[in-house]
Amino acid sequence: MKSNKLMQKIGIALTSVLLLSACGNESSGNASSDGAQDKQVLKLIETAEIPTMDSAITTDASSFNVLNNVNEGLYRQGPENNLVLGMAAEEPAVSEDGMTYTFNIKEEAVWSNGDPVTANDFVFAWQRLSDPETASEYSYMIDGVVKNASAILVGDKEPSELGAKAIDDKTLEVQLEKPVPYFKDLLTLPMFLPQNEAYVTELGSDYASNSDSLLYNGPFELTEWDGTGLKWTMVKSDSYWDAETVQLDQIDVNVVKETSTALNLYNAGDVDRMRMTGEYVTTKLGDPELLTEPTSSVFFFKFNQERNGEKTALANENIRKAVAMSFDKQGFTDTILQNGSVPANGLVPEGLAFGPESNEDYRAENGDLLSYAPEEALEYWEAGLEELGTDSITLEMLGDDTENSKRSLEYMQAQLESNLPGLTINLRNVPFKVRLASSSAQDYDIQLSGWGADYADPINFLEMFQSGNPNNQSGFSNEEYDALIESAQSNVDDLDARWQDLLEAEQLLMETAGIAPIYQRSYAVLEKPYVEGIAAHLTGADYSYKWAFIDNDE
Amino acid sequence: MKNFMRYYGKRVLYMLLTLFLIASITFFLMNLLPGTPFTNEDKLSEAQLLIMQEQYGLNDPVIVQYFRYMGGLLTGNLGVSFQFDNTPVTELLASRVGPSLQIGFQAVILGTFLGIILGVIAAMKQNSWADTLATFMAILGRSIPNFVFAVLLQLVFAVQLQWFPIALWDDGFSYSVLPTIALAIAPLADSARFIRTEMVDVLGSDYIELARAKGLSRWAVAFKHGVRNALIPLITLIGPMAVALMTGSMVVESIYAIPGIGEQFIKSIQSNDYPTIMGVTLLYSTMLVVIILIVDMLYGLIDPRIRISSKGGK
Repeated sequence: MKSNKLMQKIGIALTSVLLLSACGNESSGNASSDGAQDKQVLKLIETAEIPTMDSAITTDASSFNVLNNVNEGLYRQGPENNLVLGMAAEEPAVSEDGMTYTFNIKEEAVWSNGDPVTANDFVFAWQRLSDPETASEYSYMIDGVVKNASAILVGDKEPSELGAKAIDDKTLEVQLEKPVPYFKDLLTLPMFLPQNEAYVTELGSDYASNSDSLLYNGPFELTEWDGTGLKWTMVKSDSYWDAETVQLDQIDVNVVKETSTALNLYNAGDVDRMRMTGEYVTTKLGDPELLTEPTSSVFFFKFNQERNGEKTALANENIRKAVAMSFDKQGFTDTILQNGSVPANGLVPEGLAFGPESNEDYRAENGDLLSYAPEEALEYWEAGLEELGTDSITLEMLGDDTENSKRSLEYMQAQLESNLPGLTINLRNVPFKVRLASSSAQDYDIQLSGWGADYADPINFLEMFQSGNPNNQSGFSNEEYDALIESAQSNVDDLDARWQDLLEAEQLLMETAGIAPIYQRSYAVLEKPYVEGIAAHLTGADYSYKWAFIDNDE
Repeated sequence: MKNFMRYYGKRVLYMLLTLFLIASITFFLMNLLPGTPFTNEDKLSEAQLLIMQEQYGLNDPVIVQYFRYMGGLLTGNLGVSFQFDNTPVTELLASRVGPSLQIGFQAVILGTFLGIILGVIAAMKQNSWADTLATFMAILGRSIPNFVFAVLLQLVFAVQLQWFPIALWDDGFSYSVLPTIALAIAPLADSARFIRTEMVDVLGSDYIELARAKGLSRWAVAFKHGVRNALIPLITLIGPMAVALMTGSMVVESIYAIPGIGEQFIKSIQSNDYPTIMGVTLLYSTMLVVIILIVDMLYGLIDPRIRISSKGGK
């Protein structure tokens, strides 16, 4: 009896502690949305620091996200991933040969120090991007696009010879190396942002080292970033030309690398939005705050056809097809990834590019080209074995040494070995840098590889497998394919014919199973119901906050 | 005094030699890492890689790079980080070392203090329930990794009870409490175990019998003679442990989102950030050799038997 009473007391104490803490949660959540009534504040998380805010040299997701929201190029990506005018006052005048673009820059566009945004700001920034002394890792985006950039990059020409000229303060003339069908898409990306020459030169090596040594011409201004720290803030810019569209007053960003910590902060109402990894998603299934956010990253198997100067079994088309059709992609995304990723049956991701006339998604138009079909695969397998005159094949499968990659490869090994009798798969999980080295030395048989779009055009994926492309690294070579790619790289006269070429190229790559697509990555995202209007992008920066707001009625 | 000067002069000379060797070996080992420091490596063409490497002097023979680095080191120049473009390594270390030092220092103090108390109680009440409890806690603290404690503490004291912030690093002591406790578990367990063993040993020796015979109380003897003698092996242990804690723990810093140095070290190795690898290694080893020197000096203070004069003088 006595012990019962004790238990009761403990029970009451525990319950009240839990209740109290639950109340605490509640009130802190309310406080944040109450406060939002006068001030619109969005609280976000990044998983890595900002390495640098210099748009000419940065390469990572954190800085892209900030740059895209505190600065603005000639174009920016709209809420539906459409192109919208940024610093450009109207659509440019394009010469007949498609090689010269003339942009007018908005009269009202100014930097945060009051200087007008001029044509020279673009010329200066792009010259810096192509200057070998800048050593920009993203210089390849301008390479072969703007006239003379390639020669400048290797030191054969001076940066001043770049094909971008300021005709007057507000008129920018850009000459291209060759017609580039996706040129305007490139202009939304951070490396093509303008930089104020006088300011950058004055600050020298201090430029972009913290939030006080930068100029802004975008919807927000960066504050409280010390250069290496784990937090920063973006506040609404009053000098932005379209400031009346911007509803958020402030965006607080903290770097939290541990998903469990981020989840605790989210549940406590300290954070409005976060990305989750697979193992945590299962705890939130069915929660209306759980969203899926597609990305442009497609993962696929590279088949190496020539290793150490000798043809591998994968040089045989039937063997490649057999392997490409023998693993259950749906099962893979459902049981191994669990983050909303979808099976891919082609190389170009869904949502990336739309036909110039049909306006239809590239993926929808080309459909499923290389799907899971174990019975068909077995036929190809037997035909292939017969052609090679053997009854067993051993292949090495290369992947990263992350937990995710290890589990992925184990799944694939089991699938392939059970569907294809006589096949032995040996796994080799190595650090990322080692995988890259093995890949470029073509020292592997099958490799789990991936690609994220640099810009919104299928060519960015397809040209990887052109003969001699540095990213090919698989020995895939097909004359017909090369011809299609080459034509698509510079055809601006007939965009519809170009589109057809692109469609045909992928069909060819899949028919011959040059690679085997696996999945298109998605992120599982938690978002509070009162957060509205964040635009998620497939290329360049992940997000735009220009149109975002806190909905107080939620 | 002359002896003293000569001895410590020699020690400092050896310290510099040690640091030089560490720097040299690390430099050459680090260059065996596959890959380049460029994050976008998989998208760069051969030609571009060459240009980039030229720009950063990575195309020069390793030995040339070595002498260039060592030359820079003499003038206090640790180079520029690759991960944080344009940020000198000295600046990066300076901005990151503060929180790690603070938490590490607090953890060592807290852990050792509680550990000593626990160890003394265990030794004095040998084989009692207090002893069992202390031993149990020591084993628990040693065998459960600190990230488990870190997550548990966060769950109980921040998420449920809301006594402390869940994570992040702002001005204010409250942000450092949970990470400090999570880190203090290891020194607590170690010192409790050591003190207990040493005390049991010391308490059985003749001079303790003598002190007791002179009429001193049990606890007075324990603190005046026992703890003092038991401290010597403990200091040997605590020195390097303090360095390890103060140079940051990757997991604890990651779980509490603290801008410390621990994670930088791991990340710099993964991303081939050569100057940062060297910078953190040098910081770590400098602290270690200095602490070892201090520990040696402390021996003399605690135990008159280990004074240099008696060592050096014949």
